[in-house]
Amino acid sequence: MAEVIWLTLKLAGFTTLVLLVISTPLAWWLAHGRSSLRPAVGALVALPVVLPPTVLGFYLLVAMGPDSPLIALLKPFGIRTLAFTFEGLVIGSVIYSLPFAVQPLRNAFQAVGRDPMEAASTLGASPWDSFLRVALPLALPGYAVAAILSFAHTIGEFGVVMMLGGGIPGKTQVLSVEIYRLVETLDWSAAHRLSAGLLVFAFAVMLSLLLFERRLTEVRT
Amino acid sequence: MRAPLLLLLTVWLGLALPASARAGEVRLAVAANFSDTARQIADRFEARSGHRVMISAGSSGQLFAQIHQGAPFDVFLSADDERPARAEAEGLGVKGTRFTYATGRLVLWSRTPGLVDSRGQVLVTGRFQHLAIADPASAPYGRAAMEVLTRRKLEARLKPRLVTGNSIAQTLQFVRTGSAELGFIALSQASSLEGGSRWLVPAADHNPIDQQAILLTAAKDPAASTAFLKFLRGPEARTLIRAQGYEVH
Repeated sequence: MAEVIWLTLKLAGFTTLVLLVISTPLAWWLAHGRSSLRPAVGALVALPVVLPPTVLGFYLLVAMGPDSPLIALLKPFGIRTLAFTFEGLVIGSVIYSLPFAVQPLRNAFQAVGRDPMEAASTLGASPWDSFLRVALPLALPGYAVAAILSFAHTIGEFGVVMMLGGGIPGKTQVLSVEIYRLVETLDWSAAHRLSAGLLVFAFAVMLSLLLFERRLTEVRT
Repeated sequence: MRAPLLLLLTVWLGLALPASARAGEVRLAVAANFSDTARQIADRFEARSGHRVMISAGSSGQLFAQIHQGAPFDVFLSADDERPARAEAEGLGVKGTRFTYATGRLVLWSRTPGLVDSRGQVLVTGRFQHLAIADPASAPYGRAAMEVLTRRKLEARLKPRLVTGNSIAQTLQFVRTGSAELGFIALSQASSLEGGSRWLVPAADHNPIDQQAILLTAAKDPAASTAFLKFLRGPEARTLIRAQGYEVH
C-alpha cells in the first residue's frame, strides 16, 4: 500500500513540475498574445475538462502504441510503446491536468497586465529579466493555485491511467486504480481505508485553496 | 383498506392471465465477455416468450459489488463460479438455481503473424516486452492465465513483462492496439479476430473457467427470470454459446 501511495505522489509531483514549466509560456501567450489563434488554442487546452478520461485514455493508448508515427521516431532507441510506463502516465497526466495549470496562470498573468513589464523594460531590463523579476513574483499566487490544482487533479486521475497503465505495481498502479481493484476483489476494508484517506486529502486541498484565496484578498484590500 | 384491495387485484390479474401471455421483464447482470452472446440469446428468448430482457454488462467483480448493494438485477451471469457461489451463500442468490452456463477457453493471441506458435513455446523463447493478461485477482480469465504461467514455471521470469487489464475486454484492447505484443484473451473474443497468430491453450493447463448463472433473491419477476434461465440451459442457447467459442457440458 505504501508503494501505491508513493507512486501516486511521485506521478502527481512529476506531472505538476512539468505542467508548471510548459504552462508558463502557454498561459503567457494566452494572456498577452495577439494571434487570432488564441481562442482556438484556449479551447484546445480546456478540452480535458469536458472530455471523458476514457476518450483521452483511448487516444493516448493509440498515440503511444506501436502504430503511432510519434512512436516510430523512438523505435531506434528500442521503445515500441509508451503505454504501461511511468513516463507514459506522466505524459497522459500532463495532458489531462493541463487546464488546471494553464487557467490559474493565465488569470494571474492577465491580472499582472502589461504595465509592470513595460515599466521594467523602459528601465532597461531585458524581456526575460523583466519577466523573471517583475511578472513572475507578481504571479506567484497563481503558481501556487496552479500547483495545488494540478497535483490534486492528477491524484484523482482514473480513466486515463486505467486505459494506459496496465496495472504494473510500482510503475503504473496508482491509488485510484488500486481502489477500483480492491472494490472489484471485494476487499472493501482496504478500499474504505484508501478512499477515506483520499476524501480527507481532497477536503484538505479544497479548504487550503479557499483559505489561501481569502488571505490573498485580505492582503490586497 | 386500499392495500388489501390492490393485493387482491394483483392476485386476480396474475391468475387471470396465463404466464406465457404476461409480458415480464428480466434484468440481466452479465459479465462483459458474455454480453454479446447474452444479447443473442436474449433476442431469441424475447421472440419465444414475449418477455423483455434488459442487459447490464460489466466485470463480474463490479456487478457482484453492485448486487451486494441492492442493484436492481434479477439474474446474474458471472464469468466465474466463485461469485455466484458467494451470492448463494450470502442469500443474495436463490439456493439451487446456480449452474454453469458456459466454460471459457483461453487463447494466447498476437496481432503479429507468426509470433505465437501452436504450442505456446513463444512464452519460453519469444522476444517480447509486454504480455497482457486480465487482472488475476478479479478476472477469471486472468487467474487462468496465471495458472498457465505457474504450471510452466514461467511466472517469475515473465512477471516483469506482465501488464494487466482490469477486465478481459481491456486485455483485448492492449493486444489489438499492439501495445502489448501478445496476451491471454478469451476464445470467445479471439474467434471474432482475423489474422495474427494464436495458440488455443489446452483446457487441462488451468482450472476450468466455469461461468455460472444464478437467480437473484431480489428478482422482481421470478417467473420470467426462471423461464430465461431454463432457456439458457436449453439446446438453442447451448448451440449459440458453443458457436461463440465456449464449451458447454
